[in-house]
Amino acid sequence: MADGVKIEIVSPERLVISQQVASVTVPGSEGYFTVLGEHAPLMSVLKPGFITVTDLGNVAHVYYVSGGFADVAPNGLTILAEDARPVADFNRTEIEALIASGQTELEAATTAAEQDRLTNQLNDWRNLLVEAQAAGAPAVH
Amino acid sequence: MPSLKDLKNRIASVKSTQKITKAMQMVAAAKLRRAQEVAVAARPYAERMTQVLASLGAAYAGRTDAPRLLGGTGRDQVHLLVVATGERGLAGGFNSSIARLARDEANRLIKEGKTVKILTVGRKGFDILKRNFADRIVEQVSFREVRQLGYVNAQQVGQKILDMYAAGEFDVATLFFAEFKSVISQVPTALQLIPAKFDAPADKSGAAEISYDYEPDEEAILNDLLPRNISVQVFRALLENNASFFGAQMSAMDNATRNAGDMIKKLTLVYNRQRQAQITKELIEIISGAEAL
Repeated sequence: MADGVKIEIVSPERLVISQQVASVTVPGSEGYFTVLGEHAPLMSVLKPGFITVTDLGNVAHVYYVSGGFADVAPNGLTILAEDARPVADFNRTEIEALIASGQTELEAATTAAEQDRLTNQLNDWRNLLVEAQAAGAPAVH
Repeated sequence: MPSLKDLKNRIASVKSTQKITKAMQMVAAAKLRRAQEVAVAARPYAERMTQVLASLGAAYAGRTDAPRLLGGTGRDQVHLLVVATGERGLAGGFNSSIARLARDEANRLIKEGKTVKILTVGRKGFDILKRNFADRIVEQVSFREVRQLGYVNAQQVGQKILDMYAAGEFDVATLFFAEFKSVISQVPTALQLIPAKFDAPADKSGAAEISYDYEPDEEAILNDLLPRNISVQVFRALLENNASFFGAQMSAMDNATRNAGDMIKKLTLVYNRQRQAQITKELIEIISGAEAL
């Protein structure tokens, strides 16, 4: 793709990045997917994970998102994330704290649906920690 | 007639008041600039969110199987008024105008026989509304200790509203805040949160005609986005409020400074007149005393 794809990552507090890049890999709810130029229109929920942005100079930049939403439109890719930051600011202990509090919530949960939801959430966070180790080498997703 | 000494004291005290209001005005101006920047930075997210929801939600218009946050509970008996105001006063009519709008709305609903519940965000709104609706305020949230409003603060409020909705404590939620138009104009606004209402997408040429792929599916996305949207709207309202507050405070303090200036001028005039009158009186006394000799 000579033209690449326009990406915007917005969090409620600010516009994180907005630029023309070669490709973007995002953590969709059904698995990671990569968006190149002229991708078919797609809307997807995002899991907590890492967004790999490969810029036009073929350099990868990795961002952490705590879940959100991706909108692939003809004019580019928009990612709405509640919390998005460069991977350098990713904080392992924060996630571990989330897992710990999720665990206590799970033990307190009474309905099966609630338990399912919390278990899924916990698994997402746990996967995230595994991914975080590989995030230095973003190709390993 | 106050004595010269009294007048002098009053002039001095008005002067120091003027110094304070002047300083507050300058502080408000500086904070306003920051608040405005934050509000502007938050805009793209809220706009995108509304766009996406509007195009997704349009498909559910008039259908009964719509998610509850979009379609409502089918009743409108219990209303929740979320009133967002400032934490501090000294901002002219800022807090009271939001509270007045909410109060009018509450009175109208009560007259129609509806049940009204009130959730206040910000201490001032609580102080004003508790006079009339003390027994209807179900919760109050205060961000007095928060230095910089973050998304997490809005999430707290959003979660509270969602929990109450899930527990079936209300049918319709409306958010009250002051929209920031300019430094001199802040408009108290009511925004319906639940069931969600969207304006039709502005440019019909774009998003509406493309057929999207959805992952996992439309309904799941909508169910994921609608609760987020509540927090986003609350966040936007809080930021607009923040900017409005400093705008209102700035113009209120500007007025106060000017009034203090007028007062000093008037008092100085009286002081000078009285001083001259006293000198004249003393002269007359001396002269008539000398003549009597």
